Amino acid sequence: METLLNDFSPGLFVVSTILMLALIALMVKFAWKPILSSLNEREEGIQGALDAAEKAKREMANLQADNQRLLQEARLERETMLKEARELKTKMIADAEEEAKMQANKMIAQAQEAIVSEKKAAMAELKSHVAGLSLDIAEKVVRNELSNKDKQLELVESMLGEATLN
Amino acid sequence: MRTFARNLRRGFFYFIRMKIVNQSFKFLVLAVLMFLPTSNFAFNAEVDGGQVSGKQEVEEYIVHHLKDSHDFNLFSYTNDAGERKHFGVALPVILWTSEGLVTFMSSEFHHDDNGQVIVEKDGQKFTKIHSKIYELEKGATAVSFDADHHATNASKVLDFSITKSVVGILLIGLLMLFWFSRLAKQYKTKQIPTGFGRVLEPLVLYVRDEIARPNIGEKHYRKFTGYLLTVFFFIWILNLAGLTPLGFNVTGQLAVTACLAIFTLVIYTASGNKDYWMHILWMPGVPIFVKPILAVIELVGAFIIKPFSLLVRLFANISAGHIVLMSLIAIMFTLKDSLGTVGATSLSFVLSFFLLLIELLVAFLQAYIFTMLSALFIGMAVAEHDHEHEDHGHEVSSDVEDVRGDFI
Repeated sequence: METLLNDFSPGLFVVSTILMLALIALMVKFAWKPILSSLNEREEGIQGALDAAEKAKREMANLQADNQRLLQEARLERETMLKEARELKTKMIADAEEEAKMQANKMIAQAQEAIVSEKKAAMAELKSHVAGLSLDIAEKVVRNELSNKDKQLELVESMLGEATLN
Repeated sequence: MRTFARNLRRGFFYFIRMKIVNQSFKFLVLAVLMFLPTSNFAFNAEVDGGQVSGKQEVEEYIVHHLKDSHDFNLFSYTNDAGERKHFGVALPVILWTSEGLVTFMSSEFHHDDNGQVIVEKDGQKFTKIHSKIYELEKGATAVSFDADHHATNASKVLDFSITKSVVGILLIGLLMLFWFSRLAKQYKTKQIPTGFGRVLEPLVLYVRDEIARPNIGEKHYRKFTGYLLTVFFFIWILNLAGLTPLGFNVTGQLAVTACLAIFTLVIYTASGNKDYWMHILWMPGVPIFVKPILAVIELVGAFIIKPFSLLVRLFANISAGHIVLMSLIAIMFTLKDSLGTVGATSLSFVLSFFLLLIELLVAFLQAYIFTMLSALFIGMAVAEHDHEHEDHGHEVSSDVEDVRGDFI
């Protein structure tokens, strides 16, 4: 302990205190302050950049989700449109068929009516023709019968006989 | 010798001209050259111990090295004529004597360290005994010693000399100022430093993020980071300089470590908040009759134990490192007889190489511990205690006690 105290140099203590004070003051002013503030600035810059990147990433993700959603919507829309078109097509075909059928039925009905009326006309014509024909035949037959007197009597008798039966 | 010096100087200029070396080394060389014009190389035959060979001499040499010295001696040798020659730089001696300021160059002592050379200046007589300068009493012409080799007719003077340690502090201070102000300047033009700044920046970040911030706390750390950074690099670089053949032993000087420890003491005492003083003077949460006893213990802890643990730890570790390293180097001489020249030299080389590796670690470790504990003490002084838990403070201090226990 005594040697230690003996070795302690008060002069060196004073000189080193002064030099250290000067060194600390100079270092703080010319080195540590600018260095530490630059480091802080840089760290804040890096943190800011990281935050911005994170934000951009999130925005990107949002954007992508939006895009996805839009795409999905578009796809759905297309599908509904296609579906509607398909339905329209079937409907149109069905309608056309229906109409065609109706038209055909109508035409058939008209044709049948025409056939019926033609038939009637034909029948009437035929009837009148047959009537004329029968009159002609009857005229000829009567003319033939009445030319013979016996036959005329016979006829009258048969007719009378028929009339009594009635 | 002179040709050697000339060659050395030419070598320095050659290095500068060739621009092989990096900027910082150039600066170191320039700083050394700056001191050269004021120096006078001393090439005188001297009266000191001469060649070092015996055990006793080695011991004395080591003790001598551990002390501060008044000149910057690089090496000494004995020439063919048997003269002792020294190669180094004389430094100014500045004394505050009984009759005021006295200055002269240390070369006037002619490397004497035993009180045999008397320097007369302004009517006063001075001599140097074991690295301390004594002023002789009026009328005395030679120093007389008592049985314990203490001077009886001379008294110590206040010695503000530019000693080797002061030169070390100045050199390292300038070096730090140069390095870190350049780093600071780099940030003006670019975000990421280049060159040597790229080495320094992680160290600055390390001190800030691993020492200052966790120990002092997010809120207050910025105020103290400048001090902690200065102390950390100061101690570390000086510890490393002590391992070079320049032979600085600045952090092994009690005066220097005391100065650093007192800075820390002043800082944490001045920045202590109300809680800190409450916990020292009137510890909450303990019975009233224990409070005064605790106050005494805490006061002793805060003002004596803490700074002493700081100053003695650094001093003792660095001194011990120097003693062991020099002793291992001295194996070359002390074991020459039993192992032969080659054996002793190679043993010395191997052992001192491994010790040097350990000392490199210790150099960093001691700088780290000093800074860490300073930060811890400051952190304790500025910590804001949560009054919901009255025993919170005890927890912190017991943690600190544990940490301190580990380091002491």
